[in-house]
Amino acid sequence: MSYVPNPRPAGDFRTTYKDDNRLFKTHFETRSALVLLALVIVAAPFIGNYWLTQLILIGIYAIAAIGLNILVGTTGQISLGHGAFFGFGAFASAWLVNSYGVPPLLAMPAAAVLTTAVGMIFGVPAARIKGLYLAIATLASQFILTDFFSRADWFSGGVYGALAERPSFFGFAFDDDLRYFYLVLFWLVVSAIAVTNLLRSRDGRAFVAVRDHYLSAEVMGVNLTKYRILSFGISSFFAGLAGALFGHYLEYVSVEGFTILLSIQFLAMIIIGGLGSVYGAILGAAFILLLPQVMESITTIAATVFPAMESGKSYVKQMSIGAAIILFLIFEPEGLIHRWQQIRASWKLFPFSR
Amino acid sequence: MKWDLFFQLLVNGLIVGMLYGVVAMCFVLIYKSTQVVNFAQGEFLVLGAWVCLALVTQMQLPFFLAFIFTLVFMVAFGIIVQTVILRPLIGEPIISVIMVTIGLSIFMQALMNWIFGNDAKRFPDVFGTTDVVNIAGLNVEVAYLLSLVLSIVIMGVFFWFFRFTRHGLAMRATAFDQQIAQSLGISVKQTFAMAWAISAMVSGVAGIVIGIVNSVSNSLAFVGIKVFPAVILGGLDSIVGAVVGGIIVGVLENLAEYFDGQYLKLGNLYTIAPFYVLIIILMIKPYGLFGTKDIERI
Repeated sequence: MSYVPNPRPAGDFRTTYKDDNRLFKTHFETRSALVLLALVIVAAPFIGNYWLTQLILIGIYAIAAIGLNILVGTTGQISLGHGAFFGFGAFASAWLVNSYGVPPLLAMPAAAVLTTAVGMIFGVPAARIKGLYLAIATLASQFILTDFFSRADWFSGGVYGALAERPSFFGFAFDDDLRYFYLVLFWLVVSAIAVTNLLRSRDGRAFVAVRDHYLSAEVMGVNLTKYRILSFGISSFFAGLAGALFGHYLEYVSVEGFTILLSIQFLAMIIIGGLGSVYGAILGAAFILLLPQVMESITTIAATVFPAMESGKSYVKQMSIGAAIILFLIFEPEGLIHRWQQIRASWKLFPFSR
Repeated sequence: MKWDLFFQLLVNGLIVGMLYGVVAMCFVLIYKSTQVVNFAQGEFLVLGAWVCLALVTQMQLPFFLAFIFTLVFMVAFGIIVQTVILRPLIGEPIISVIMVTIGLSIFMQALMNWIFGNDAKRFPDVFGTTDVVNIAGLNVEVAYLLSLVLSIVIMGVFFWFFRFTRHGLAMRATAFDQQIAQSLGISVKQTFAMAWAISAMVSGVAGIVIGIVNSVSNSLAFVGIKVFPAVILGGLDSIVGAVVGGIIVGVLENLAEYFDGQYLKLGNLYTIAPFYVLIIILMIKPYGLFGTKDIERI
């Protein structure tokens, strides 16, 4: 990690552990987070359907990315199967609603719990292996799960997919995008706070210890097997939750949506956003979702000059994601959040920055 | 039990497995000497096949010349990828290195889709490859035999290169310990570039062969994914293991198809069977059949 100046004001010495463990490091951070949240809540009705859809998708992907961040950014494991867990959540929620008549609002967290169980099963190899071997094992879980989706007619409707109705709460139906956006926002805030909270607890520190030096962690009394599987479970929980939200948003879940490409996109989100940071995951989700659309408008403009570009629109979109991953890893491996910290620091230290 | 079908599939599995073995070897070569897992190996394969096909059909070059040009192109491509994309990442954590090759893979996929189109295209019939020969009662396509011969040749060349040439020795030394190799006057940078060049070139050859046997399309990149079970089975850092793993995966796939078709009737089992085996192997023997177990000391 390169050096980032401390954001705390001079003279603010933390004298107790409680102080040191606050959810937000400074009062300014607390206030800006609240203002931002209020701004999003107030502005949502006025931004039009297109942006509302984008915000909903960003919110959903951000929840999954926050989950993946626990696994990859905090515990230092690798998962190439996150997209499949996301899909599992979507199918599980639709299944609970369609087969057992569970109300969708309850089915979402229930699906997340089911996904947690599945994630922990696939996390079992992680107890013994790490690094590359783990990456490839999770790759296998991606293929096995998508294969399962297309086979298990009772669970996912097989190749036909499953219908997932929009949730409602005592007659208050989340049937238009605005209402659904507030639902997604609610879960996003809950997830962000839950994960930030987790990271300052004993378990959170244990995760970091496993990442930084697992042998030392073990010597210090951290149960490696437990924490590795646990981090798989927690990350799958959020993947499942996000998947359920995604399924009920589209009102239809199909196998094609949860390919390896989705898993790669989730990884791209946390790498571009910044590994190990909750805000980074949200930023990264926004970046990965908006980048293809920015590229599409650029290609449309370019197509007026070079008509040949017109046919390549969808390819340019995919290429931009690949290129973004490569360029970020080469030029800004610590992600957008690190850039932001640098900008903030240089404002703070203004005449002395540079 | 239909024995002739069984043996037919077994032979097919062996031959396809040899090709997997070749690709797995390229993969292991990169991993062993540069500690990079190349998720874009499948795309290298497809690139080689497309370039050769384009040279044959668009430029109307004779096959042999096109083949040579493709090899040259792939060598240059491998060196460029190594120097531009992977060199800046030396010393970065494993996740970054994995992600950069994944990024490369989806970039190349989209680019190749754009340039060469989505449809599968056939090689013009160069060797009369669709003929069938009868060997010991089993029908084997000439193309398959050709690929078998080529795979064995490639493996032989690999063996010779690593055992008897100076560069091969340098590469083994680098794989063993980069610092010691450097202090003995081996240019590690050059060795890295060479590993990528050889790997890209040989995957290009494999791509051309698979392209001749089946047809060229972007879905060939799936071979790159199939290689993972093979290398894990054999052990990530063992070239012999890669070949053995490749053959096992090829045979296993065809056997799975056989049992699926005969008894289970699940359909499509053969694409997924290697991954189940992969998970099981990782639980029992995490370092594969021939891989070196790394022992960590504090």
